[in-house]
Amino acid sequence: MKSFFLALLKSRAGLFGFLLVLVFIAGAILAPYLGLPSPTRSSLTARMVAPTWTSLFSPGAHPLGTDELGRDILSRILYGSRTTLLIAAGAVVLGGVVGTLLGIVAGYYRGMVDRILMRIVDIQLALPLMLLALLVVAAVGASSQNLVVVLALTSWLRYARIIRGQVLALREREFILSAHAIGAGTWRIMIKHLLPNVMTPVLVIATLELARIIIMDAALSFLGLGVQPPSPSWGRMLADGRVYITTAWWIVTFPGLAILLTVLSVNLLGDWLRDYFDPKLRTAR
Amino acid sequence: MTRYLLVKLLEAVVAIWGVVTIVFFVSRILGDPTVLLLPVGAGPEEIANLRTALGLDEPLWQQYLYSLLAMVKGDFGISFQHVRPALDVVLERMPATASLAGLALIFGTLIGAIAGAIAALMRGTVAELVVMIAALLGQATPTFWLGIMLILLFSVELGLLPTGGAGGWENYILPGLTLSVFVSASIARLLRSSLLDIMREDYVRTARAKGLMPRTVFFWHIARNALIPVVTMIGIIAGELLGGSVVIETVFAWPGVGRVIVQAIQAQDFPVIQAGVALVAGIFVVVNLLVDLLYGVLDPRIRRG
Amino acid sequence: MTPLLDIRNLTVVFDTPAGTVHAVNDVSYTIEEGETLGIVGESGSGKSVHALSMVGLIARPPGRIVSGEVYFKGRDLLKLAPRELYNLRGKEIGFVFQDPMTSLNPVLTIERQIAEPLRRHFNLSKNQARERVVELLELVGIPNARTRIGQYPHEFSGGMRQRVMIAIGISCNPKLLIADEATTALDVTVQAQILDLVRDLKKKIGTTVIWITHDMGVVAGLADTIQVMYGGRIMERGPVDAVFEDPRSAYTWGLLKSLPHGGKRGATRLYQIPGNPPNLIEKPVGDPFAPRNAFATERCKRETPPLLQVEDGVAGHKAAAWYDLRAELKKEREASA
Repeated sequence: MKSFFLALLKSRAGLFGFLLVLVFIAGAILAPYLGLPSPTRSSLTARMVAPTWTSLFSPGAHPLGTDELGRDILSRILYGSRTTLLIAAGAVVLGGVVGTLLGIVAGYYRGMVDRILMRIVDIQLALPLMLLALLVVAAVGASSQNLVVVLALTSWLRYARIIRGQVLALREREFILSAHAIGAGTWRIMIKHLLPNVMTPVLVIATLELARIIIMDAALSFLGLGVQPPSPSWGRMLADGRVYITTAWWIVTFPGLAILLTVLSVNLLGDWLRDYFDPKLRTAR
Repeated sequence: MTRYLLVKLLEAVVAIWGVVTIVFFVSRILGDPTVLLLPVGAGPEEIANLRTALGLDEPLWQQYLYSLLAMVKGDFGISFQHVRPALDVVLERMPATASLAGLALIFGTLIGAIAGAIAALMRGTVAELVVMIAALLGQATPTFWLGIMLILLFSVELGLLPTGGAGGWENYILPGLTLSVFVSASIARLLRSSLLDIMREDYVRTARAKGLMPRTVFFWHIARNALIPVVTMIGIIAGELLGGSVVIETVFAWPGVGRVIVQAIQAQDFPVIQAGVALVAGIFVVVNLLVDLLYGVLDPRIRRG
Repeated sequence: MTPLLDIRNLTVVFDTPAGTVHAVNDVSYTIEEGETLGIVGESGSGKSVHALSMVGLIARPPGRIVSGEVYFKGRDLLKLAPRELYNLRGKEIGFVFQDPMTSLNPVLTIERQIAEPLRRHFNLSKNQARERVVELLELVGIPNARTRIGQYPHEFSGGMRQRVMIAIGISCNPKLLIADEATTALDVTVQAQILDLVRDLKKKIGTTVIWITHDMGVVAGLADTIQVMYGGRIMERGPVDAVFEDPRSAYTWGLLKSLPHGGKRGATRLYQIPGNPPNLIEKPVGDPFAPRNAFATERCKRETPPLLQVEDGVAGHKAAAWYDLRAELKKEREASA
């Protein structure tokens, strides 16, 4: 663990990503305690106020300006990050757990189970993920829970494929064979022996998937299929702000920058994790 | 090679069948279109008549079999919105989507390959740093936001280019550029790391020990092998471009398949959704088939394995 | 007669994040035309690095040639322009590398890989090159050569791949063939076949050979001269029989003892040289083997011994040692008797 953090300190890009991720998480958690205006309170007198850089700390000011309904953009971005990060984290956990377990099962049992599962993966891969997400969200409705499930649905196969490959290799290794020999049960072998050995790739995939899911979530809400108003969401802010692009550039600029920085920091961290743990995963995306 | 090809072809057919099945059942959950098709205040009798006419009151499995059979013949039904064959509605939008995605794929791959090669060959220089930072930013930028920013700069502020729609070549520039940024960022990063990996291979040393010129070593021994993962990546990117078309076509008011699908979903126009998604999946499957073939050509180990 | 290869004071270092690795330290030796030189040492002894560095095959950076001259047919290779070096590699000096699985390009046909140096150096046409490739494959003992040239490395067995590597190495009839651990990745029977092939080829084409290996047993039956390297230095060098019968360096003696049939009367247990290979990151001082050598004197730790003709030995038998191994071994025998 100590050497892990030492290596992280040495990598400028990795450290930058890690710190930025921490800042975003802190911002999301602390949003209600920062004394910002409510993200949903509109004010007809303060519509489309331009950003005022100098007034960052004076109360009642709008450092990033306000939108077409007079709502504070900084506050909306911070509150929006709560929704985005919660949904994305939920999808990563759900997709990761399901994908990893299915990958272990497929790799361990091989044969019919494996073939059917991999066929399902192939079929799903024939449908561009964005289209799949769009279809399913349109069908089941865009609640937060549904979004988590749908985004996880676009994500599980990446774990399943890679973990299956790892398990296929692992099951021939001595410690698994000897676990068999002493009569350890199937589930015991899968949970106690195989799972801990695939946790590293799972962690790496999860980080890289987090970045992809944040963008996809934003894209869905940009198309009006994200969390429904009045909850602030980054994609929706972009979609709404687009209309005012000629008069108020800031409405559409800052939420996009927020997405960019979040994804960038998660990517930097993910790339570093991958290079640290397992450079072989580089082409496995 | 023939066996490899047949297996891939069969897999492609199964994949398309799977996609069509998913789309059929998902679109039935979308809701009842009859309400949308009739004027407000239509009586239950009218609704029932329309349902019968559209075949919606038959058992689900029967509808599924019928539509599967029809789809094999290229009949996806009549669009509820446009009142003409759904496949026609989608097909006539296809050239716009395909030309834009194709342009971005070719242009983006070219730029990405050059940038990636520069970064690998000029390891440790400012050039590498610039390429890598640009690629990292490019990968982290949501395409729809980049598109809006480019419109803000080139159309709103400078007034140089149209904000959207299709027409002349100038309409291609902004959406093409937007998608190319994403493509070239992915290609540049992958090619760089792939090249750096291959440069360390023993067979590259063998090639140099033969006295080959650096140019020959680079193209025939390093680049030739480094391209193999890039080909896989191009397949993945093609999928993201096709899927991403729903977003980018919305941003640029581009009259393509993606926009038709989004509109059809909003209008619950089942036949168009099915035709659109099946078409996109079909194209994607064909692209992946081509990628697999190219893969087989590039890597003899796959061909006979 | 001027030697074919004359290496003088070659010193090579690698600049790594952990420090400067002193891989080759002040190595000088010569090879006559037609001679077979076996260079023996463990990994990190500098045996491969010095051979690769003289034709510019180490990565620079991190590798760096600090000093030295390498005269090949009278020209200093280290002063050649890149282009002259490309013209020389593969044509005048051929290479055979270890592990033919990774040393052959997986996506090019065998024909292309063998024909490359031919077409590069002799401007052969595709058809001319193909005839020569078939000829070469027959020469290295690959049956059905004409049908196999269109195949890829993964379709060949390990031994066959190594034969292909040798065909590449000798394709242009080089004056000097450098084989780097060429049999290490092969199993014992295949190893014996390849060594037979090389002996046979030497008779047929008479190339000068440098055979680099960590295995004393391999060079015994192949080389005329043997050269033992350790910590980037030559520890001992001389005619094969002299070095095997009458080693003067404690390191050579250790290597011989660790052979399966080592020690004249066949030791019951395999001997292992105590201690670890040297840490080359510190600037080497004294005899590099001293820390692992029971016979080392105080002087060994302070001063680097020069490589000198041994007392009452055959001409050309040289060793770098401050201690007298013969006397020490005699003392030991008397003590145990």
